[in-house]
Amino acid sequence: MKNHTTGFREQIIVADKAILRLTDGQEGTQVPVLHLQGLWREENCLKNLPELQLSAAGKLSFDCRQLADWDSSLLLFLRWFLRRLEEKGLQWDESSLPAGVQRLLQLSHTSLPPDEGNLVEDRNFVQSIGEWCWDIIRISHNILAFTGELTLTALKMFLGRTRFQVRDVIQQLAIAGPSALAIISLIGFLMGVILAFIGAIPLKWFNGEIYVASLIGIGILRLMAPVMVGVVMAGRTGAAYAAELGTMQTNEEIDAYVTMGIPPMEFLVLPRCLALTLMLPFLCLFANLMGIAGGMLVGIYYLNLTFLEFYQQLIRTTKVADLTVGLFTCLVFGVLVSACGCYQGLYCSRSAEGVGKAATEAVVNSIVCIVLATAVITIVTVIVKI
Amino acid sequence: MSENAVIEVRNLTMKYGHRVIQQDLTFSIHKGDVFIIMGGSGCGKSTLLRHLLGLNKPAKGKILFQGEDLWQKGPSARDLIMRRVGVLYQRGGLWSSMTLAENIALPLREYTRYTRREISELCELKLSLVGLAGFGNYYPAQISGGMQKRAGLARAIALDPELLFFDEPSAGLDPVTAKRMDDLILQLQASLGATLVVVTHELASIFAIGSNAVFLDSQRRTITAAGPPKTLLATCTDQVVLQFLTRDGSAQLPA
Repeated sequence: MKNHTTGFREQIIVADKAILRLTDGQEGTQVPVLHLQGLWREENCLKNLPELQLSAAGKLSFDCRQLADWDSSLLLFLRWFLRRLEEKGLQWDESSLPAGVQRLLQLSHTSLPPDEGNLVEDRNFVQSIGEWCWDIIRISHNILAFTGELTLTALKMFLGRTRFQVRDVIQQLAIAGPSALAIISLIGFLMGVILAFIGAIPLKWFNGEIYVASLIGIGILRLMAPVMVGVVMAGRTGAAYAAELGTMQTNEEIDAYVTMGIPPMEFLVLPRCLALTLMLPFLCLFANLMGIAGGMLVGIYYLNLTFLEFYQQLIRTTKVADLTVGLFTCLVFGVLVSACGCYQGLYCSRSAEGVGKAATEAVVNSIVCIVLATAVITIVTVIVKI
Repeated sequence: MSENAVIEVRNLTMKYGHRVIQQDLTFSIHKGDVFIIMGGSGCGKSTLLRHLLGLNKPAKGKILFQGEDLWQKGPSARDLIMRRVGVLYQRGGLWSSMTLAENIALPLREYTRYTRREISELCELKLSLVGLAGFGNYYPAQISGGMQKRAGLARAIALDPELLFFDEPSAGLDPVTAKRMDDLILQLQASLGATLVVVTHELASIFAIGSNAVFLDSQRRTITAAGPPKTLLATCTDQVVLQFLTRDGSAQLPA
């Protein structure tokens, strides 16, 4: 970039191909003229716009006769330049600019009526605390409303007065159950193996390897299988519910149900909750079997127990209550996971981001609920000695 | 074909699976045209647009961008061609996780050497061109549908494209806003000197802005009329085209 100052006041700035010259016009007339020449395109636009010495004499005019081509970079420069002129209280004459440039400059000055769009004001600290509290109240209200409506709908179902289609429930059962078998069996089996290996460490100190069978029986049936099934289904089906209902919310499909007088709670939420709640105990049963198989494998091949020893120890020390408590826990998880998924989906905000957030929240909420429920059930069952 | 054709379509056949959408489409779009692709619902207008944009691959035939075949070269060459193209999608297509300013800034940041300050100035400029000055910090969800479309237009012209595609620019807008959108499109076209391809079935828009057009017939699955819309209205003898252009005889004809 060169900056010439010639004898009679003329400043020339050359940057690649875009050329800018400020002259005093015809000698003697004292009317400043800004010459725009060359190619004003993004790739060779002027960087670091120079300080042009503007004299207050007369209206500035433009000379674009040698302007070959231009794009937004010229507009960018002109906006900046005209703002400078305005600040200095100078006047200019736009009429010699290319017609397109004039039109665009004009267009950029006409603005919208201010009432369009809903302005979001900046909040100060106190306001944002207030907003935050208000959000908590609003969310609690939503959760309560959802829980209440779901409970009422479930009651209505037992009275046989709901309108969901059996076909929907069967479809949801198929999605939630059989298609999850592979992942559930893999995880159940590995849980058994892991539990047996880890349990064997302290049990070996007492030469009590045989108690691995009891550990597997109680640990898998009561806790590990239900929790793992719950977590897997939260990630698998709970997230799917949130994403599906969230997308339906975004597409106004939920609104369509409401305006048709079909409550989405009966038509969408209930089949899903029912399907997952019914399916989880079965999946848990399967995980139990796989877990015991895994533990037995470790017992036989790593701890040198025989099949019969392991089996007898398992039968002797494991109660039916261990199984039923585990299955009951899974039933509770089914309600919680499906409710979290459907809640997040129904209250999803209408954007791509909102759907993603709903799916994430659904999984996080489900897992928190699973852990809380497990804690409550464990403590209660231990206290009442089930 | 003529020298100044920006896009040339030769014997294009479009299919979804085995279903033929349209076949034997041959037309060219010239520099400075406001080219209308019209036809009834479901005739394949939007599919044709997707083909022109390189989103779908032709089942048969060629699409040439200034003589270059979109599908002859690799995807990177296609990207290079597409960089000279701006698109306004039917529902704006704005990225919902970004503000309007960020929506416009993204292509500028990716493809130009403007500095951060220049980019923010440019965003403001483009937004003010579509009458949305001062709305840069809004998220798409916070503004009305008409404003979203205009913001989509601002993003489409971010890179000063030579070629602008519009998918139903006035669909879903009230008549006044739709008219304003048409005016805006014409003004930008006149100022930027770009070539416009507009997919629409809005009669008012077709006659107001179109300088050339093709009509896609959904029954015969090909182009049944081509030419400036007003000339078509005056001279075309095809019943389907006439029905469309006159709204089955009920529309008031443009003067």
